[in-house]
Amino acid sequence: MSIPERRVGIVLVSHSDALAREAAALVRQIAGAHARVAPAGGTDEGGCGTSADKIAAAVEEVDQGGGVVLIPDLGSSVLTARLFEEPGSVVIADVPFVEGAISAAVLAATGAPLADVLAAAQEARTYRKL
Amino acid sequence: MDARFFTAWVEETARAVAADRDRLTRLDAAIGDADHGTNLDRGFTAVREALSAAFPGTPGAVLTLTGTTLIRKVGGASGPLYGTVFRQMGAVLTAAQREGPGEPAGHGPAGRSLPPSAGDAPGPEEREELEEEVTVTLADLAAAFEAGLAGVRKLGGAQEGDKTMVDALAPATRALSGAVSAGRGAREVFDAALAAAREGAVATVPLMARKGRASYLGERSIGHEDPGAASTVLLFAALRAAAGG
Repeated sequence: MSIPERRVGIVLVSHSDALAREAAALVRQIAGAHARVAPAGGTDEGGCGTSADKIAAAVEEVDQGGGVVLIPDLGSSVLTARLFEEPGSVVIADVPFVEGAISAAVLAATGAPLADVLAAAQEARTYRKL
Repeated sequence: MDARFFTAWVEETARAVAADRDRLTRLDAAIGDADHGTNLDRGFTAVREALSAAFPGTPGAVLTLTGTTLIRKVGGASGPLYGTVFRQMGAVLTAAQREGPGEPAGHGPAGRSLPPSAGDAPGPEEREELEEEVTVTLADLAAAFEAGLAGVRKLGGAQEGDKTMVDALAPATRALSGAVSAGRGAREVFDAALAAAREGAVATVPLMARKGRASYLGERSIGHEDPGAASTVLLFAALRAAAGG
């Protein structure tokens, strides 16, 4: 299978630096080496909270021109992520953090377009484990 | 009102937030995550530094820089929320601001508009001139608050009665606009806005939270003043203080 160059990027926005980094590592493990996933967790000082600068840097890191899906955990992560929304280019997935990220990244790694990756993330809302 | 007035307003807000930091955090400890005072104080401390470093020369540029700095430095939900209020206000004032001596509030002719350049700091040569001469009216300020309120409502999705900062900001904005429309002077306008903000904040006590961390508490959030509404009161107290008297 050939992989298009412009794969959709995924940014994991969490209150916790460690949670965002570990979730990104887990997502890469499951979605494979082609997934473009970056963490943006914690404040600039590494505390609990959200950093707009970290989100900006993460978007920059994963954006290849095919768009970026932001996956926030809750509260300030959601509000700060919303400031980066650009319809058709940077979108937010309102989904469970880990499950949504995996679902989005697995499809993104295949080179699927932004709308499909967002839809895949949203399927995680209703995906049953049992 | 010129850049100096708006800088004084923001600096007075920063002082008030620092003075009330522990009270805001105590309110937040009851129903939130006990960081509201600390976060806002960190944000406004950074705003003070940014304003004294960049020295923005127009009302719009002062508020845009304030908003952008809050978004970048607060780290909690109050960063994007207050940051959006200030940035929306900055955009409206940048579009509205006039050159020339200050006009009587609300009665000035529509003077020459500057190009919309929210956030653009003027060059060093322009700075001194702009600082003295670019002004906005009370009607412009009312329009700016309306835009700030609309922006924060859109971002957070909160309605009045959800036990959030909107419960203070919405009535204060209505009171401010009403007083401007009635032709009142700056001090009366700001008195009216402050009174409405205080009333709105106190009225959050019996409400059940429907937004943010406090909403997870359901009925347990009843009986506490919303910290965001409480900090919004400080904005209007600072506005009144900046007008002097």
